[in-house]
Amino acid sequence: MSENVTLEILRYMPEVDSEPHFQTYTIPYRDDWVVLDGLNYIKDQVDATLSYRWSCHMAICGSCGMMINGEAKLACHAFLRDYRHGVIRIEPLDHFPIERDLVIVMDSFMEKLSSVKPYVITQEKKLLSDGENLQTPLQLMAFKQYTLCINCLLCYAACPQCGLNEKFVGPAALALAHRYNLDSRDDGKEQRADVVASNEGIWECTFVGACSEVCPKHVDPAAAIQQTKISASLDWFKARLMPGADR
Amino acid sequence: MARSNKPILWFPFAAGGLVAALIIPVLILITGVLVPLGLLHLPYEKMAAFAHNPIGKLILFGAVALPAWHAAHRLRMTAHDLGLGGGVVVKTICYGSAWVLIVATAVTLIMV
Amino acid sequence: MSRRPYIRKVERGWWLGHRRYVVYMIRELSSLFVGLYCALLVLGLVRLAQGRAAWDGFLAVLSSPLGVLFQLICLAFAAYHSVTWFALTPKAMPLALRGEPVPPKAIVGMHYGVWAVVSLVVLIAAGI
Repeated sequence: MSENVTLEILRYMPEVDSEPHFQTYTIPYRDDWVVLDGLNYIKDQVDATLSYRWSCHMAICGSCGMMINGEAKLACHAFLRDYRHGVIRIEPLDHFPIERDLVIVMDSFMEKLSSVKPYVITQEKKLLSDGENLQTPLQLMAFKQYTLCINCLLCYAACPQCGLNEKFVGPAALALAHRYNLDSRDDGKEQRADVVASNEGIWECTFVGACSEVCPKHVDPAAAIQQTKISASLDWFKARLMPGADR
Repeated sequence: MARSNKPILWFPFAAGGLVAALIIPVLILITGVLVPLGLLHLPYEKMAAFAHNPIGKLILFGAVALPAWHAAHRLRMTAHDLGLGGGVVVKTICYGSAWVLIVATAVTLIMV
Repeated sequence: MSRRPYIRKVERGWWLGHRRYVVYMIRELSSLFVGLYCALLVLGLVRLAQGRAAWDGFLAVLSSPLGVLFQLICLAFAAYHSVTWFALTPKAMPLALRGEPVPPKAIVGMHYGVWAVVSLVVLIAAGI
């Protein structure tokens, strides 16, 4: 099959461009190719200046997130055959500054991620001699889904609140906070609450649900945030109606 | 970042959402379809008796106040989404309207 | 080589660009009609407090063509609010029974069941 497919890619090279612009490429169509294969073909055979992040090519590293025909997707997870009819428009992930071509600046996300204290926090320090933490399958089931995040940032690109407020902590970071809050080994919910239950935390969310729709690992950050809203509200009322109850 | 006081706004919003979902459609069915079609009658005596009853007052208040608050909070958030700003004007219009309805309901039910 | 990250502006009409966000806006708009109907209910309560004549006048407004049209629009949006609210509840309140997660469909189904019972009770109380 000597079919071709056309890609329209947003280019931005800060040393020569004052602003981003589209550049069109025509690549061979292969039935089993994903968009990432098309990008690699362009880089290898057509235009070596094209910059983009990628690694595993199997939707587990989270590197190749980009907007494909206006939808946040992993380039390794988007098959050419699904876009065969028409031009494929490829842009860097929404709601992030563009570093270069399809590469975005993700520093803000890294800060948001560490701000929710994504590690087990215990009330008392446990010694190695105390032995391992015990956890039943039931206890694991409670939070396992929220451990699956690959930090691909598709949720941030899809979330309108991320677009409207760059300070919004965002779906992935809040889902990760929820993962630790639900972990039976953890006592850190109160410590995370200053960020999680702040105005830029869960309360910026209006349950659009786009984050969960685009998530390639079915983490369901929207669910995590709504559950946290209920939990944070109950804590808020408890703190005022029954002060000292949790201490 | 400081702990937010949003729960005081959000919790009644969530409760109002559930109440609205459960009770508003049937109320509109009654007042907007069955009564105009003459299939149901809401005579003054029956309605006044219901509104006189303390349980009736509680039900009427809950059925009106909570959904009104739900609408106010949601419209405030939507105004922000539409780029109309989340400032004092929007908050005053939204929550102000809700408070007008809530107070009017309370005062009327107390007086009936 | 110096860095010059480019920041893309979010347009005011961002939600028109994708069907998902248009549907979201409609979902949020449904609360406007819930609120407007509440205002109508408050008007009714005020008329009730003002006496029989005022109440009968209110009933006439309810049955007027404009009144019915307004209420039918409210009914459509109120029903849409109910459907979308029930659909989202399993996400906000996951339940587990005897160690197994309750399937979301069951949680949604329970809400429809309560909706039916409440509606029936109200209709019976109103004298159907």
